[in-house]
Amino acid sequence: MPLVQRFSAPFSGWLLALVPAAIFVFLLQFIGPVAGGQTVATAIDWVPAYGLKLSFLIDGLSLTFALTISGVGALIVLYAPAYLKGHPHLGRFMGFMLAFMGAMLGLVLADSMLALFAFWELTSVTSFLLIGFDHSRQAARRAAIQALVITNIGGMALLVGAILVRQLTGSWEISALGSPAGEPLYGLVLACFLAAAFTKSAQVPFHFWLPNAMEAPTPVSAFLHSATMVQAGVYLLARLSPALGGTAARSTILLVFGGATLIWEALGALRQTDLKQMLAQTTIASLGLLVMLIGLGSETAIAAVIVYFVAHAFYKAALFMVVGAIDHEAGTRDITALGGLADRMPLTFIGAALAALSMFGLPFTLGFFAKEEIYAGLSDGPRQDIFALSVLVAGNALLGAVGLLVAIKPFLGAEVTTPKAAHEAPIAMLAGPLVLGVAGVVAAVMTDWFGTSVLEPGATAIMGEPVTSHLTLMINPASIALWLSVLTRGLAVLVYQQAATIRTLLRRASSVLWTADRVFDAVMFGLIRFAGAVTRTLHHGRLELYLVTVFAMLALALFVPLLALGGIDALLPISDLGDWSARLVWPDLQPYEWAVALLAVVGLGAVLVARNRLVAIVSLGIQGTAVALIFLLFGAPDLAFTQFMVEVLSVVIPALVMTRLRLDERDHRPFEDLARDGTLALVCGAGVSLALMVVLSGTLDTRLSDFFTATSVPIAHGANIVNVIPVDYRGFDTLGEISVVMGAGIAILALLQRKKAMPDKPAQARKAAS
Amino acid sequence: MNTVIFRTIAPLIVAIMLMFSVYVCLRGHNEPGGGFIGGLIAASALAIWGMATGVETARKALRVDPLALAGAGVFAAALSGLASVFTGSPFMTSIWLYLDLGETSVPLSTPMIFDIGVYFVVLGTITSIALALQSGEES
Repeated sequence: MPLVQRFSAPFSGWLLALVPAAIFVFLLQFIGPVAGGQTVATAIDWVPAYGLKLSFLIDGLSLTFALTISGVGALIVLYAPAYLKGHPHLGRFMGFMLAFMGAMLGLVLADSMLALFAFWELTSVTSFLLIGFDHSRQAARRAAIQALVITNIGGMALLVGAILVRQLTGSWEISALGSPAGEPLYGLVLACFLAAAFTKSAQVPFHFWLPNAMEAPTPVSAFLHSATMVQAGVYLLARLSPALGGTAARSTILLVFGGATLIWEALGALRQTDLKQMLAQTTIASLGLLVMLIGLGSETAIAAVIVYFVAHAFYKAALFMVVGAIDHEAGTRDITALGGLADRMPLTFIGAALAALSMFGLPFTLGFFAKEEIYAGLSDGPRQDIFALSVLVAGNALLGAVGLLVAIKPFLGAEVTTPKAAHEAPIAMLAGPLVLGVAGVVAAVMTDWFGTSVLEPGATAIMGEPVTSHLTLMINPASIALWLSVLTRGLAVLVYQQAATIRTLLRRASSVLWTADRVFDAVMFGLIRFAGAVTRTLHHGRLELYLVTVFAMLALALFVPLLALGGIDALLPISDLGDWSARLVWPDLQPYEWAVALLAVVGLGAVLVARNRLVAIVSLGIQGTAVALIFLLFGAPDLAFTQFMVEVLSVVIPALVMTRLRLDERDHRPFEDLARDGTLALVCGAGVSLALMVVLSGTLDTRLSDFFTATSVPIAHGANIVNVIPVDYRGFDTLGEISVVMGAGIAILALLQRKKAMPDKPAQARKAAS
Repeated sequence: MNTVIFRTIAPLIVAIMLMFSVYVCLRGHNEPGGGFIGGLIAASALAIWGMATGVETARKALRVDPLALAGAGVFAAALSGLASVFTGSPFMTSIWLYLDLGETSVPLSTPMIFDIGVYFVVLGTITSIALALQSGEES
């Protein structure tokens, strides 16, 4: 990507936009078959050993999402290089964008739960990279980490949910998913998926990450944080509707949380003066609205989900791009510092106006249908939805008002002097808003085509049963929906006129309320402090205590299983031996064998009595050499060989280390320490001896050694099994081990070098180590 | 430690040890030996060399950084496993080739390359640690 960028700098947007555009055109051919009721499925073996497949499915829902992603994506890819013109890391940016788009397409097309999870996490990661793109600013880094943490909590929940569903219904494929409703674990499954959807789609109480994510460059906000990624949660809810739907718990939760998000964030949007923040908060509100609609779950409500999703993706991406253009050309995006731009940026204004009218819901725009369907969905439902109805009317009115504010306020009215002398944006930045604005109208005018080709298949996929479209451009004065729409628009205009007053009021109120973001900070800060405390406790820098810990753990590891398996008596039945003292016979050894055993004992004794550390190390070498001799005498030449070399090196290297540590020649431990270390040594020694005796008292399972003996020469061409096993049978293990050996070597060298770098500042070194 | 006797004998010991280490490494498949033990012997030889002549001389004699030897070892071991890809078998399937040289037949194989890789990893890692420790001792 950076290469393409470098070689085609002025045209890179046009060139790169070909990728999503080609995907878009490719996907178009599926509209016909999918509208005809077909679905297209394909699968690649992923991990055949576990029956895992990377399966993909194109049905009405995934096609609608995929077309939106690739279509809006093409316009954004065209827009971004013009917006970030001259940025040194533009190539990297475009790479991230296309990577995100691939992940997002994978997410909506995936049929396998695990593939869905993988793509879900990939979108989180690419979103992290894009939010933190301007990584030299602290705010951008914080926002990136916050988005990653919040969406990854949801990702983990999604994984747990997917595994639970697999256990309950026996399938990884979403299309083959049975309903887990009625199972005792249904509540947990539901909670997992809801957590995933709510974190990704920024529902209350996880809403705070999305406004912060506006630290990203505007093309990112337009694409990821309005039209696509944040819709993944809504997509998940819609996709799992047939499997999870129909329970009172689910619809209540969705209605309550979606409604709360809608109202809270719509008010939040009015509070802002930054155009981008206003749009961000209306996005969250719109997501809340979609969640509510899925919660309602009636046929018209689901139809409304599809229409609203498409309409929202069009107008919100367009508005974000318009705001980016204003910011780019006028030098500010503060609504109070803008006005009268219509003359200077006429084309931008047309794009903004088209988008805003759709958001406002005028006839002949997709937004109109969206609103009609929402209200129709409620008026044909049960009357208990009066609560939902009022929430929706209020939310829509507030959103419409914000739409007018964003699109009308900067362009009309008296001209205001802006930081930069505003002029029309370049064509690449105009294409997005204009195309999307016009598309919103065209799709609405081609009512029947939109109804049968997009709405019906999409809604059918969510409902799990056929849905028919009844979209019409005709205005029916007898329907309640129409009058609700009129009421909504009236309220919106009212709010628009009083925007400044409302903003002041909300600001005053919110100065005490806005805290979810601070809670996140407090939690993260606490986590870091906790990690620091744990590290300081465990990683205290006192070598002898580390060794004590290691050997204490060894003693536990030796004795706990012994006791847990019924004690030493059960494994080594001493009572069965009868008169055990009679069994204690003088071992029948050759004189040279006695000599070797004596050597080991002498070596050990020398370690204990040695006053000088160097003498102790060498004495330990004597004991090790004796052990090597024992190996040699009892038929393990390989082992003996290696033991000899290891003994030599483990005398030489500690001796060299000693000289560097500048320790006293003698050991001055107090008696308590000596007692502690001695006890530990005795316990560990006894443990190892007991474990060995237990192992030897049982019958050895010789299947493995028989196999190696039988096959070593014929299939591995080697007679020395001890060597053939690590280099051939278990070569892969050995490869890992030698990598670890080298890694350890590098680590030791790094430690030695660092010590060398500041030889006379031990205090400083100790400080850095702790 | 740095006596005349030690300095005189060291080159002889080192040469014999290095040759012996190669012998031990190569014969490992059929007799006691192998890459690990061979590498240990060679590393001890180089450590002795460092003690006798000084770390800088030893490093110069080696010509390459010992850690680079270790890296090359891991690389060779991994590559030897990849060879089987060309025969369509799974990673690390061993391939044997018997070279007929008149009277005798020399078996060459990917496990042999693997074992040589192990040899270099052990040699490189231990030598670099030993030399680094010794250079600290001198300063």
